[in-house]
Amino acid sequence: MITIYRAKRILTMNPSQPEATHVAVREGRILGAGTRDALAGWGEHRLDDRFADKLLMPGLVEGHSHLFEGSVWAYVYVGYHERMDPDGRLWPGATSIEAVVARLREAEAALTDPAQPVVGWGLDPIYFGADRVSRADLDQVSAKRPVGVMHASFHILNVNSAALERGGLLRRGVEHPGVPLGADGLPSGELKGPDAMMPVAPHVGFDRELLAADERGLRLFARLAVRKGVTTATDLASLLPQNAVDMMLGVTAEPAYPLRIVSLLRLMSQTPQALVERAIALRALSTDRLRLGAIKLVADGSIQGFSARLRWPGYYNGAPNGLWYTPPEAMRAVYARALKEGILVHTHTNGDEATALVLECIDEALQAQPVRDHRFTLQHCQLADGAQFRRMKALGLCVNLFPNHHYYWGDEHYAMTVGPERAERMNACATALATGVPLAIHSDAPVTPLGPLFTAWCAVNRRTASGRVLGELERIGVQDALRTITLGAAYTLRLDHEIGSIECGKRADFAVLEDDPLEAGAEGLKDVRVWGTVQDGRIFEAAAL
Amino acid sequence: MPVPKLTQGAPLPVTVIGGYLGAGKTTLVNHLLRHAAGRRIAVLVNDFGALPIDADLIEAADGDVLSLAGGCVCCSFGSDLMGALLKLAQRAPRPDQLLVETSGVALPGAVAASLSLLTDVLLEAVVVLADAETVRARAADRYLADTIERQLHAADLVVLNKLDLVAPQAQAALRAWLATQAPRAVVIDAVHAQLPVELLLGVERAAARGRVAARRPLDALRPRPAVAAETLFERIETRIERPLDVRRLGEALADPALGVIRAKGILRDAAGAPVALQLVGLRATIQPLESMRPAGGRLLCIGLRGRLDGSAIRAALERAEIGGTAPGTS
Repeated sequence: MITIYRAKRILTMNPSQPEATHVAVREGRILGAGTRDALAGWGEHRLDDRFADKLLMPGLVEGHSHLFEGSVWAYVYVGYHERMDPDGRLWPGATSIEAVVARLREAEAALTDPAQPVVGWGLDPIYFGADRVSRADLDQVSAKRPVGVMHASFHILNVNSAALERGGLLRRGVEHPGVPLGADGLPSGELKGPDAMMPVAPHVGFDRELLAADERGLRLFARLAVRKGVTTATDLASLLPQNAVDMMLGVTAEPAYPLRIVSLLRLMSQTPQALVERAIALRALSTDRLRLGAIKLVADGSIQGFSARLRWPGYYNGAPNGLWYTPPEAMRAVYARALKEGILVHTHTNGDEATALVLECIDEALQAQPVRDHRFTLQHCQLADGAQFRRMKALGLCVNLFPNHHYYWGDEHYAMTVGPERAERMNACATALATGVPLAIHSDAPVTPLGPLFTAWCAVNRRTASGRVLGELERIGVQDALRTITLGAAYTLRLDHEIGSIECGKRADFAVLEDDPLEAGAEGLKDVRVWGTVQDGRIFEAAAL
Repeated sequence: MPVPKLTQGAPLPVTVIGGYLGAGKTTLVNHLLRHAAGRRIAVLVNDFGALPIDADLIEAADGDVLSLAGGCVCCSFGSDLMGALLKLAQRAPRPDQLLVETSGVALPGAVAASLSLLTDVLLEAVVVLADAETVRARAADRYLADTIERQLHAADLVVLNKLDLVAPQAQAALRAWLATQAPRAVVIDAVHAQLPVELLLGVERAAARGRVAARRPLDALRPRPAVAAETLFERIETRIERPLDVRRLGEALADPALGVIRAKGILRDAAGAPVALQLVGLRATIQPLESMRPAGGRLLCIGLRGRLDGSAIRAALERAEIGGTAPGTS
C-alpha cells in the first residue's frame, strides 16, 4: 500500500530536488518526493494529510551520542540550563547552589528505602561564580544517606559527608590532586576525575552497571530521540557484551521501537585482533534497527578535564599535558586490521596532539594498505587546525565536530583551557567544509543534550552561554548545518545510501517539524518545535509517547 | 545495596607494575605467579596485549576473571578499577597480595595515587619496567616522551629489563640517564624480567599468619632453572624481638648508602604490637598485623651483591630500638 504524505514543505537534502510538497512511501521506504501528480504514477495510493501544516526533513542523525543519555534520567537533573527529559517534561535550570540542594531534598523526601543514595547529575558550578558546592551543602540534603551529584562534564563528582565516609575518605591526610581539602583538612566533597571518584562512586550509585546499556535507558533514549526529531542515533562507545547485545536486539526489534541505533564497539583491554574479530561477529548480527560492527578507539581524554593531549604550547593555564588512553601501537594494529576487513573505525581525538598522532597512524595503515572510501572518522577533533583538516582530506577521513562545546564551555575554554585564539578555532566547521572534509556535528549526549537542531544552532552561531561569539569566521550557514545533521552524519556511519535525505529508495525516516528551520534562520534554529518522527514509515508523535 | 569491603582485616598490600608496551610487564607478572610460594596473588590487568597470563597457569575462566593455579586470580579492569577490585573482594578466599598491571600508556603514579585513596589497600611499591633496548628512543619520541618520563619518575623500583640486548659499553650511559629520569627509584637489572620474587613481593602473608598455604605452590608446577639474576643479589636476615621505632628504622634503611633495595620485616612497634615493614626504594610502608609469626620477628634486607652494608644496617636497627641512643648523642 502506498501512502502519499502532503506537507507544508519538504526539505529533502537531495541536491537535485531540494524541496517538495509530497512524499510517497511504500513498505517503509521512499518511492519518491515531488508533487502529488508526479507521485501518482506509482499506482493506487492513500493521501495522508496529517502533516499538511508541518515541515518534513530527513530523520535527523545524531553521529555521536551515548545510550547513557537515557539511563541518566534515573537520577535527579540539577543542571544550570533547562533540559527536557524523555517524558517531555522540561526541567528548569537549577541556577544556584540553594536551588540544587532544594531539588535534591525534594528527591530525598520521596525515597522510602533508608539505604538508597540521593543521586543528581548535570551540575555545572562554573555558573555559580567563585562558589563551589561543598559536602556541607549536600549534607543539607541528607546527613545519613550518601548524596552524590555528577557534574555536567561527567569529570567531577560532588558528594556529602556520608558518601565520603562510606568511601573511606572522610579522614585527614588524604593526598591526591583530584581530592581538594577544606580548611578543616578533610576532603571538601569534590572529587575530580575518575581516579578520585573511584572509592566513592559505587556508594552513590555511579558504578559500572550504570554505564552499561540498560533496557530502561535504551527505551528512554528512544523517546528522547523522537522528541528531538532523531531517527538514527549512535551509541558511540560500548563494550557490547553479548547479554547487552541480546537485550538491544530484542528491544529494538519491538514493533513500536522508534529508533535506529548504531552501536560502536570500544577497544578496552582486548587485543586489536580480538577486537576486530568481535566487530566482524557483531556485524553479522546487525538488523535494520541495530547496526553493529563498527569500532571506537579513544586516543586521549577531554579538554575541560585537562586530559586531552595538546601540542605545543599546551594548556593556557599551564596544566600539564593530558593522557594517552590507547597506545599508538594498538591503534595502528586496529587500523591495519580494520582496513583489511572493511570495518569502520571512529577515533576520539580531543586535543590536537591526539589528532596529529592518529593522522600519522592512519596514514601509515593506508600506505600499507590503500583502501578507498574507508570513512574512518575523527570524533570531537576539537582543536584541529587548517593543516590537520587538509591532511584529513588527503587521507579520506571524515570529522565529527562538537559545536555544543562552545555554548556550554566556550567561556571556560577562552579563559582557562586553551586561550582566546584556539578557543575561536575550536570545532572549525567552516574550515572543514571549505577543505572538503565530510562533516558531522554532535552532542555527545548526555554530556550535552541530545538535539541536532540545537547542535546546528551552535554551529551556526558559535555563541557561548555568556553570549560571546567564539570564532565568527568558523560559523556555518543554516543550509550547511541542516545537511550536516542529516546526510553529513549518515555519511560518517556509511549509511548515506539508506538515510539522510528524502529521495527514491531511501528509508522513510522523517523529522516532522512544526516550524520551518529555513524561516527560523540562524537565530531561531534551536527553537524549532518538533512534532515527532516517521521512522521506517512508522509514525511517532512526541505528544502521544 | 551495600558495597562490599575489600578485606575484613588488615589492608591488602598492592604493587603497581607499569612501563611502556613491550617492557616486560606481563613476563614479570607471570614470573611472580610462578614463584608465588603460597601467596594468593590477585592480578588486575589493563593492557591491549595478548593473553596476560601463561596458559598453563590458568585453571578456569569465568567472564573476565581467570582462576589461576595456587589460588591466584587475574581480572581485567578496563576503565573500572574499583569494580574489578570489588569483584575480587567477593571471592573466597581473599587474596593476600594485589598486583595492578597498568596499560602501557597509563601513568603508574596516578594509578598508585588513586589506590592510595582506598583505606583497605596499602600501596607497597610502584615498579616500572624499562626496555633497556628501546627506552631511550621512546623517551625521545615526540608523542611518548612525557609519558615515559612520567612513568619512570613515579617509580620506587625500576626494572631495567632486556639488558642482554644492550652492548656492555652502552649500559653505563643508560644507567646514568635512568638515574636522572627516576630519581626516587632503585634500578635493578634484569633479563626476561627474571628477578628474585622477594624483591617484588611483600612478606609471605600466609607464613605471617602462621598458616601454611593449602594449595601447591606454583613453583612446583613447572620448575624453572635458577636464574642468573639471583646471583646478583645478596640478603641479610636478622631475628629481632625488641620493640622498635619502625618508622625511624624504615627511614634509615632507605638511605642509599646502606645499599638496601628492598627490606621487609615482621617487627614489634614501640607499643609491642606486631607490624609489617615494607621498604622499596624510598617508599616505606608500615602495616599492623593480626599476630606475630610463631618464629618471632625478623628483618630481611636485599641488595646488590657486595653493596649491602651489614654494619650500617645493624647500626640503624640499634638506633631504632625503643630507649636506644637518640640521634646526635652517640
